[in-house]
Order: sequence, then structure tokens, then C-alpha cells
Amino acid sequence: MTRGRTTSAAQHRLDLIAVVVAEPHADDPEADSTLSPEHVDIVGLCRHAPQSVAELSAELDLPIGVVRVLIGDLVDAEFVHVNRPVPPAELVDESILRDVINGLRAL
Amino acid sequence: MIFGRSERGKPPVEPVTLKILVAGGFGVGKTTLVGAVSEIRPLRTEELLTEAGRPVDDTSGVEGKRTTTVAMDFGRITLREDLVLYLFGTPGQERFWFMWDELSEGALGAVVLADTRRLEDCFAAVDYFERRSIPFLVGVNCFEGADRYPAEAIRQALDLDSDVPLLLCDARDRESVKEILIGVVQHAMAFQADRRETVTT
Ligand SMILES: Nc1nc2c(ncn2[C@@H]2O[C@H](COP(=O)(O)OP(=O)(O)OP(=O)(O)O)[C@@H](O)[C@H]2O)c(=O)[nH]1
Ligand SMILES: [Mg+2]
Repeated sequence: MTRGRTTSAAQHRLDLIAVVVAEPHADDPEADSTLSPEHVDIVGLCRHAPQSVAELSAELDLPIGVVRVLIGDLVDAEFVHVNRPVPPAELVDESILRDVINGLRAL
Repeated sequence: MIFGRSERGKPPVEPVTLKILVAGGFGVGKTTLVGAVSEIRPLRTEELLTEAGRPVDDTSGVEGKRTTTVAMDFGRITLREDLVLYLFGTPGQERFWFMWDELSEGALGAVVLADTRRLEDCFAAVDYFERRSIPFLVGVNCFEGADRYPAEAIRQALDLDSDVPLLLCDARDRESVKEILIGVVQHAMAFQADRRETVTT
């Protein structure tokens, strides 16, 4: 499934909450014979709505390491792109933290 | 599916994502806490490991190596269409601690859940976050039948720095857990403000 490869640019420390977004033109991944059914599943889920790496792993019942490799393939093939999460805590904008607090209060 | 289906033609909203870790000893209520506020039932994600404790990404080459899996529970709170908070329960056993390194990278902060009947179970988590300068607070999960202690006594037993918040909570109660999470974010804000000051002075 991962074709025996262990390295890929996107796999490297792809955070569990990095968000995978389907490219608008990625409407027919089945037609690409180099993709496995799992690749196609990922594109399908992400076309529905952007998904975090953790959610894809849970949804497809695949280990995180495997999902990272598959996402790396899809990035290389330009079916998806990945939005990395806001960097470490000390860099999170204070206004975002206020929004989080207000959002939690409003739950 | 999760962030709401985008209308045709409209580009999907790509949310900002943040994470808070939930740590603490075995059976202290981590999964219960995540479930109390998550909009989805806690999901489970797994990592394949070799016995040596290193992640294995290559599923085809693992024959002969002894592998094991480590599971993490997580939940999700969509605060706004473009702002999503994830909660991750950390695996308890110490041999899985390298997973914490990965989880804690970029985390906004952490909750250390404590049970007064087994306070020592959370020493390791307190140490971990202290050493890595990750803002955390201690939530004392009040189980029925457990003796109640004054917060000050618990602080002393945990040898907490005076600026680390300690709150009593009920991990099953949504409002209680909301307070805990708000406490973590407020603490993270204060923590950042301190840092900025240290940098600029
Ligand atoms: N009375 C009471 N029971 C609780 C509370 N929080 C959790 N429990 C119960 O304690 C048990 C363990 O809770 P979990 O949430 O599974 O604990 P955990 O920390 O995820 O456990 P592990 O993942 O196995 O380490 C469950 O049966 C919960 O229903 C609480 O605040 N009060
Ligand atoms: Mg659990």
C-alpha cells in the first residue's frame, strides 16, 4: 500500500492536526492507476471536507505512519495539499486564544 | 463530513487547528474528559511500533520485528467554521513517552488529571510538562468515595509551582470540563505573555 517507501516530504513530522485539503481538480482519483484504494479513500474523505491527519487515520483504521506516507504520495501527485497547524504555543496569536476561550464559553 | 460540506464552487474552509493534551495515570478519566466535550465520540488512532519503541512506517518490511500498537483517543470541538480544537488523551505507559514528544509539539497546553487516591500516578506527567515548558494545569478528578483534600494540600503533595493552576473537576461533566479547558487556554496566554516579556527585556 505504501509501496515500501518510508520517506516522503509530507510524511516528515506531519502533525496529527495538520489539515488535508483536496485540490479542486482532484475529482477522479480512481482513474489514476498508480493510486491504491486507500489513496482514493483519502481523497474522497477530503473532498467532502478538509480532514486532519488524526481523523483520516481513525476513519480509515490505519496507523498514523501509514496515513502519513499515503498523504505524502497524494501531495506529490497534487491531489491534495496540507495545511500545517499553527506553530508551537508561543507563536499562537493572542487573538486566536481569545477566540478559543470565547468559543469554549459559548459551547 | 466534519467541517460541513462545502457548497459547490465555493472553496472549502481550511480551519486553523489547535490541540490540547490530556495526560494522567491509568484510569484517571482522560477518555471520559475528552468525551464530555467532544462533538464526536472519542476516536482512536494508532501508531505501529517496533519493540524498540520507534515508529514503523513501512508496513511491508516489518516481518520478523516484533511490533505493537499504541493507541490515542482524541476528540474534536469546532469552535467556529474556521477554528477547531482537538483534545488528545496521551498514552499512559512510560515506554510510549516518545509519542508524547510528537503529540506535545505545537500543543497549546495540557491538562494533567489527578486522582487524590493515587496522586503519585501523575508525577511523571507533571515533570514532563514542566521540563518542556509546556503550559499545563492540574485537574483533580473528584471521584465519589475519594476523600476531599484542600487544594493547597494537593499542590504541596505534587510540589507544584505557584503559577500552575489547580482546579477540582468532574471529568464526566461538560460544564466542568469546559472550565478546565478555558483554564488551560488562559494559562497558556499568561505563559506566552511572560515569555514575550522575557524576550523583549
Ligand atoms: N465517579 C466518577 N467516575 C469517573 C470519573 N471520570 C471517569 N470515571 C470513570 O472512571 C473509569 C475510567 O475512566 P477513563 O476515562 O476510561 O480513564 P482513562 O484515563 O481514559 O483510562 P486509560 O485510558 O485506561 O488510562 C470509567 O469507568 C469512567 O466512567 C469521575 O469524574 N467520577
Ligand atoms: Mg483512556
